[in-house]
Amino acid sequence: MEDRDGSRKELEAPDDMGLNLMEMLKAFEYEILATCGGMALCGTCHVKILAGGENLPEQSDAELDMLDLIPDSESNSRLSCQLQVNDTLEGCTFQICGSLSDD
Amino acid sequence: MITTDICIVGAGPVGLFAVFEAGLLKMRCHLIDALPQVGGQLSEIYPHKPIYDIPGYPTVKAQELIDNLMLQIDPFKPTFTLGERVDEIQRQEDNTFIVKTNENTEVHCKAICIAGGLGCFEPRKPVVEGLESFENGKGIAYMVKDPEHFRDKKIVLAGGGDSALDWTIFLADVAKEVTLVHRGDSFRGAPASADKVAKLAQEGKINLLLKSNVVKVSGNGVLKEVHIEDAAKVTTPIEADNLIPLFGLSPKLGPIADWGLDIDKAAIVVDRDSYSTNVPGIFAIGDINTYNGKLKLILCGFHEAALMSHGAFKYAYPDAHLSFKYTTVNGIHGF
Repeated sequence: MEDRDGSRKELEAPDDMGLNLMEMLKAFEYEILATCGGMALCGTCHVKILAGGENLPEQSDAELDMLDLIPDSESNSRLSCQLQVNDTLEGCTFQICGSLSDD
Repeated sequence: MITTDICIVGAGPVGLFAVFEAGLLKMRCHLIDALPQVGGQLSEIYPHKPIYDIPGYPTVKAQELIDNLMLQIDPFKPTFTLGERVDEIQRQEDNTFIVKTNENTEVHCKAICIAGGLGCFEPRKPVVEGLESFENGKGIAYMVKDPEHFRDKKIVLAGGGDSALDWTIFLADVAKEVTLVHRGDSFRGAPASADKVAKLAQEGKINLLLKSNVVKVSGNGVLKEVHIEDAAKVTTPIEADNLIPLFGLSPKLGPIADWGLDIDKAAIVVDRDSYSTNVPGIFAIGDINTYNGKLKLILCGFHEAALMSHGAFKYAYPDAHLSFKYTTVNGIHGF
């Protein structure tokens, strides 16, 4: 996981707790607002895939609709709240992008 | 001026149910919401989605829950100010409050209950150099309130959603020049709108810049140029009177942050006895509050509404005796 300052850390998380990636990042105390709590409504848990991710599930319509509205999203953008923590995340490198400002 | 016992800021499910709990204690409520209808995000964002964790309902659609709550609180005759945002709270000498909205509606109340959910929905702003300098009538508009405002102007729209497509089509006939800038190379919005935009571009009625981003705005007191970066990272300025970034709405805490309340990560810190904030007489319930062990669930908000009502009663009537009664004993006695 690459944080906003560029620092990278390898994270290990259990895949049997029904966590999504956003919840996992919060558990690791990354700064993420996740205002809407995981409903793909606020876009503040935005991450970009830097490497890997071939096995990730396709985006749902709700996720694509929100990604459309995030000004800095790109083709490798995902909402971390829509990614379940399981084997598909193995070996992926993500960059945290979600906005923090509340003004 | 509107006079009431509790002014509830936010008319989502929790704010609505607070009317019921306050009503049982003979307190009247006035609700204010920034959205034009009641129901909060349930009505605005997911009216047709089923909810599975409302006690007594194996499943209930979001809008159905709101409709039922409106029926349930009807005996207590709540009053509403919709489509206005609460901007200011003034404490009076007698420890009552005056709540003011952005449209200058004033509510005089004995206590305030903030049930603001995610906050108010405000336009999402792209990161563009110089953007703030041209807000407030100097060229940047985050929504189209009056299309006539753009007649015979040079307009740049940014975004790829339905509203960007719809306004591009509409303004093509009104404005002098319309440019639509979209980051992607295709549109996911309604196919008919996407086709129409492609056709307008082919006919030369609009400029369509795909795989491009607005990176900078410049001008001389008012907006003059919008700088657009293409896929090859080359930046080109184009002349424009207005830039309309259309990236949807995002929930923000908004003016609530300025009311002197303890805030932690965009949520209001409350005590767990009555969900009072650090300011006596101001309570916060539902998704907008935070405390140790907080769960953002509608059912938790309902519980908080009940305890808040008792706290607000004690604040408003410190000398009165409050006896707790079950609705099954006496039924509902409205106003």
